[in-house]
Amino acid sequence: MRLITRKISARLSTRRRSRYAAPAVLVAALLAAGGLYVALSPADATNKADDASMIAKGRSLFQVGCSSCHGQNAEGIVTKRGKQYGPSLVGVGAAAVDFQVGTGRMPMAQPGVQAARKKPVYNQDEIDALGAYVQSLGPGPAVPDITQSDIDNADVVKGGQFFRTNCTACHNFAGSGGALPGGKHAPSLRGVSAKHLYEAMLTGPQQMPVFSDGVLSPQDKKDIIAYLKKNEATPSYGGFTLGSIGPVSEGLFAWIVGIGSLVGIGIWLTSSSTRSTKKKGDAA
Amino acid sequence: MSDHHDLVVPEATEEPIANPGLPEHLPRPTDVDPVAEKRAERQVATLFGLSALFAILTCVAYFAVGKYDAFLGLGASNVALGSGLGLALLSIGAGLIQWSRKLMSDHEIVEMRHPASSSEEERSEAVAAFEQGLEDSGIARRPLIRNSLLGAMGALGLPAIVFLRDLGPLPGDKLQHTVWKKGMRVVQDVDGARIRPSDMQIGQLVNAEPEVFFETNSEGEPVIEGTELLQEKAKAAVILVRMHPDDIKPWKGRENWGVDGILCFSKICTHVGCPISLWEQQTHHLLCPCHQSTFDLADNGKVIFGPAGRHLPQLPLAVDDQGYLVATSDFTEPVGPSYWERG
Repeated sequence: MRLITRKISARLSTRRRSRYAAPAVLVAALLAAGGLYVALSPADATNKADDASMIAKGRSLFQVGCSSCHGQNAEGIVTKRGKQYGPSLVGVGAAAVDFQVGTGRMPMAQPGVQAARKKPVYNQDEIDALGAYVQSLGPGPAVPDITQSDIDNADVVKGGQFFRTNCTACHNFAGSGGALPGGKHAPSLRGVSAKHLYEAMLTGPQQMPVFSDGVLSPQDKKDIIAYLKKNEATPSYGGFTLGSIGPVSEGLFAWIVGIGSLVGIGIWLTSSSTRSTKKKGDAA
Repeated sequence: MSDHHDLVVPEATEEPIANPGLPEHLPRPTDVDPVAEKRAERQVATLFGLSALFAILTCVAYFAVGKYDAFLGLGASNVALGSGLGLALLSIGAGLIQWSRKLMSDHEIVEMRHPASSSEEERSEAVAAFEQGLEDSGIARRPLIRNSLLGAMGALGLPAIVFLRDLGPLPGDKLQHTVWKKGMRVVQDVDGARIRPSDMQIGQLVNAEPEVFFETNSEGEPVIEGTELLQEKAKAAVILVRMHPDDIKPWKGRENWGVDGILCFSKICTHVGCPISLWEQQTHHLLCPCHQSTFDLADNGKVIFGPAGRHLPQLPLAVDDQGYLVATSDFTEPVGPSYWERG
């Protein structure tokens, strides 16, 4: 080994005066500098280029799919009577876009009191592009980063306390959702992804109030999400939940199935049994 | 009918339709057909046998099914034990019904109605016995005994009245006050986090409590705890909301009760006291889920729908020298439902 390195250094030493030596060193130095630059600051360079193309892609998607309600430049459209046709999206942030479009609420199928959850129209790349475009209009909450390990390490008990204090008034004690005035409703929280739950708390979509990170900290939000996921994964040891919507479904079940079967047994008990016209002894 | 009954029997009138009498008694197939009889016997025995089988299966399931196993999203152990025992009991019941309907004796019985009153003779006997008792006790001749007995029985009612005192003590002016006072910080419920106005965004809702509920004394014990904590919480719970300042129309004298569009209202419905935090951030309406009372928080908590009789009390807010939200006084009116003395 030592022999080999000594050999190479000896050879380099003899060739250092060659006429190719200077250009070779220059090329090597340039490559090293370029390589270092790529290795140390690639993110900024590529992200900036990506961001610009994402925003451009988002803008073109926006103008096709969203501008008829939200305006050509997402400035919102006000009706003649001064009501909002579609609100301004300046400052709502990428998190709001990711929630509204990612859960299929936007684009709305028709105007109404509330956009309902449905199958998403755009794929995640397109949603990210739309989000990048809306984020570029004004600062707003970015798409949160929540991983499975965040949920696994969260405090489920505390999440339950926060959930019961802040969420159950509208979303029901088991997260089954509930009715709001004027034909609106608080949707069920079952089967909603952790990211979308987080975004809903962060942005306050539609009638839902905002639960900003300043008061309900990111860890509190993760605790709530972990509680909901735990709740969803726990088998119902108490029997059929009947949708966990409380006394209405339970009462209907008791009246129809419970009392119904008792009435059925009562009828069986008291109905007159089959009679035969044969007399004893003339059996066939 | 026995002849000592003095009954008023209406004159027999001619029925418009002749009384057809009782229909002929027809036997059941199991009464006349030995094959049917055997079949019914087997059915009953099968049901009883099934019951025994379910009882044994229940015992097996008790050991075989894990306590935390799931089955179709339900607790497998509970499902197995419940349906096993239920079917065992149901099979016995069904077997008994089948037995009595198919095989037990099949007499048809007619039971005529009797008059409800006793005979005249029995009644006069009872009256005579009662009068004899009065005569024997001499209650009419001994007023001292009679009156002292009446007095003793009356006095026995007194403890029942005195014990009613345990319903008290009277609330005094407790219903008019809460633990809120000048300078008390408004903190988030559950974790007691203090709140700066800049932490809250427009459209934000915070379920909040007075900070005293999270304070401890020099020995590390909570300042307020146990029943007292629950009682004070029932009056002092509040919600903080932030709206666009232009949307808020404060009443005269309430112009400086908010901080940059942040207002604080009692969380206790003025109808029957349900906790309410169902707030629509776009309409600014707060709905009580119990009876649909609706309050407009942009308009001083005014009732706009439902049975509530009074607007929702508002807590005046300010910012302390450390930048946290504080109350500037207690509520200026009683929180929660109306009560007698309030008029």
